[in-house]
Amino acid sequence: MALGTTIGIHKRKQQQRRQIIEGAIVIAIALIFVVILPALIPAFRLRSLGRFLALAIVALGIDLIWGYTGLLSLGHGIFFALGGYAIAMHLNLQLPEGQLPEFFTLYGVDRLPWFWEPFNSFPFTILALVIIPGIVAGLLGYLVFRNRIKGVYFSILTQAALIVFYNFFNGQQELINGTNGLKTDTERIFGVLASSPQAQRTFYILTILSLVAVYYLCRWLTSGRFGRILIAIRDDETRVRFTGYNPTGFKVLVFAISGAIAGIAGALYTVQTGIITPSAMEVAFSIEMVIWVAVGGRGTLIGAILGTLIVRLAQTFLSERYPESWLFFQGALFLIVVTVLPNGIVGLFRDLIGEKGRSLLGFRRKSFTYPSLEEDPEVQEEEEELSPR
Amino acid sequence: MSALIEGLFNGISIGSVLLIAALGLAIVFGLMGVINLAHGELMMLGAYTTFLVQSAFRPLGEPWFDLYIFLALPAAFLVAGLMGLILERGVIRFLYGRPLETLLATWGVSLILRQFVRSVNWILAIGIVVFCLLFFGGMAILSRRSNWEKIKNWAIAILLPVSLAIAVLVSSLIQEGGQLALTRPWFSARNVDVTSPSWLRGGVQVLGFQMPYARLFIIALTIICLIGVYWFLNRSTWGLRIRAVMQNRSMSACLGIPTAKVDALTFALGSGLAGIAGCAVSFLGSVGPNTGQSYIVDTFMVVVVGGVGNLAGTIVAGMGIGILNYLIGSGTLALIFMPLGEAFQPVVDFFLFFATSSMAKVMVFALIIAFLQIKPGGLFPQKGRTAEL
Repeated sequence: MALGTTIGIHKRKQQQRRQIIEGAIVIAIALIFVVILPALIPAFRLRSLGRFLALAIVALGIDLIWGYTGLLSLGHGIFFALGGYAIAMHLNLQLPEGQLPEFFTLYGVDRLPWFWEPFNSFPFTILALVIIPGIVAGLLGYLVFRNRIKGVYFSILTQAALIVFYNFFNGQQELINGTNGLKTDTERIFGVLASSPQAQRTFYILTILSLVAVYYLCRWLTSGRFGRILIAIRDDETRVRFTGYNPTGFKVLVFAISGAIAGIAGALYTVQTGIITPSAMEVAFSIEMVIWVAVGGRGTLIGAILGTLIVRLAQTFLSERYPESWLFFQGALFLIVVTVLPNGIVGLFRDLIGEKGRSLLGFRRKSFTYPSLEEDPEVQEEEEELSPR
Repeated sequence: MSALIEGLFNGISIGSVLLIAALGLAIVFGLMGVINLAHGELMMLGAYTTFLVQSAFRPLGEPWFDLYIFLALPAAFLVAGLMGLILERGVIRFLYGRPLETLLATWGVSLILRQFVRSVNWILAIGIVVFCLLFFGGMAILSRRSNWEKIKNWAIAILLPVSLAIAVLVSSLIQEGGQLALTRPWFSARNVDVTSPSWLRGGVQVLGFQMPYARLFIIALTIICLIGVYWFLNRSTWGLRIRAVMQNRSMSACLGIPTAKVDALTFALGSGLAGIAGCAVSFLGSVGPNTGQSYIVDTFMVVVVGGVGNLAGTIVAGMGIGILNYLIGSGTLALIFMPLGEAFQPVVDFFLFFATSSMAKVMVFALIIAFLQIKPGGLFPQKGRTAEL
């Protein structure tokens, strides 16, 4: 008993120390991005960096459901676009009293459609760009998971849902301007033009803050009991069910959270791109999101962020130099990640530095027994007692 | 009445296109559990093969030109089947039992195939041939050595970059030579048009509406393919082996069935059927690198609704989705409710809202989700006592 408590205290202290170190590293990196980088690189590069960081937020959401819970969603474009449309609708409504957004006149619409009305208010919009994607994801997830549809069926259904939303947004010209999408660059937010350097700078900093916040949210979700249940669902869902948990609720909740995260990312991406169109819901884009996570290393949050930045930077670089080759590279990337590098860059790094480096850097030892018998202090004590002196 | 029959005919013809496209998928997905997202691209290869055969027959003149289709069908089958064989041997056989990984890998293949069709020219083709000769030739020579197992990984690690570098070098040297005919892409990103033979143009008048011969031909082709697949799976030796392996892989292996060969054959068969589907699709409109993309989600829906591992479900689901899609999308349902009077006005309005082809997809997807609430395993689910779905 006494042994157990001292070990517990010791462990907790170690954990606290590690958390402080990690927090310091995160703040340092965030400061580099906020303070130093804007001085070093030109404004338009900074703008695309901000976009990549926004995409890293979606990657975190996908890592949460794929890396930790084992649900491969090919439909995150829906939630991404919903968030983007929410903020774009708010920006498009920043007009003098009684005026309608310009495109409505093209289709002879003279009254604002009812669902545009609430987007006049800024607080509602901020709430909506989190809640609407979350609710849509939760609803879709509930309808699918309730019937224990899982694995590839889930992936295919999310992809089909994506196509449905794509068609819907494409077809509704009178409601949301169809294929042309909604522009944000020419609109004003709080009286400032959304494309002005000042506004863009604010969006950039907001993106970094959200990325850190979402990172910590995911960190918190995956570290405690909830996280352990998620991993258990990924590894053996039937067993979780037989142990007395109902996986459905957990899956729905985590899918909804992931959708909400994608909504935030979509909004940040939209204001930094200047336009949101239904093409954000193209099939290819949503699968691309998955590959960012896979390249970085699924099941590690830092991997999701790294993967997104690396792949997007490579894409920018390659498609500027050799515009034809990017799809070849992307295809090869899919094949390589799946066959050779299943744990991504972070996994490769982990394997390379090996066991010794891991203990030097203070990571946990890799354990091969189940469930981590090697690390259980009581088991080790017993082993020592039993082993011949 | 005649409107309804016309709607039914058009629905059946859409359904038969879906069905012929989904047939290969049902075999690959249903029997092997492999999600082949490159299925649409295999269809595209079939369509391009048809285009090539047609171009080759054009100089032969009228009586021969009309017969090219009978060469194009087997050619499309062979080209797509061969591609499927390469795909299975090269990638998929390493990924059995990990369906989500096959999904990502085949998406990578589909990206590569799409870009390949866009940018293939003589230089690229020569480069690929040089690479294959060097790499596989080197492997074949080295594999005669007695310590092959030991040096295998090293051989791959050295041969792959070396032959890749030589292939790139050779291609760029030829490009420097600057022959315009060599650098011109074969197909380019533009769509190509397949001229159907004269006996497939026009149509027959029945009950006051036109039945195009091309549609009738596709329906007949679908029926022939269905009968062929049914016969192959249920009446031939290899079909028996395929079914045995799919039911219990290790037991079949114990009984002496070559499971690796069976896998390759099954995948090649499914891919070949995709090629035939591509040939059929090429008579309906122009063919481009993105042709496959427009079919892939619909065909997966057919397989999901039909249930895994049997043809009957696929047939019913394909026809059902095709007919529903047409009846809703063309507004036929709205027309039917129109004469019933004022009481049905809301119903008519409801169907009119969905009476475009993109909105019909929205409605059909909603119906599919609703259907899966009642029968999560599809129309004819597999019977068994597993806790898994």
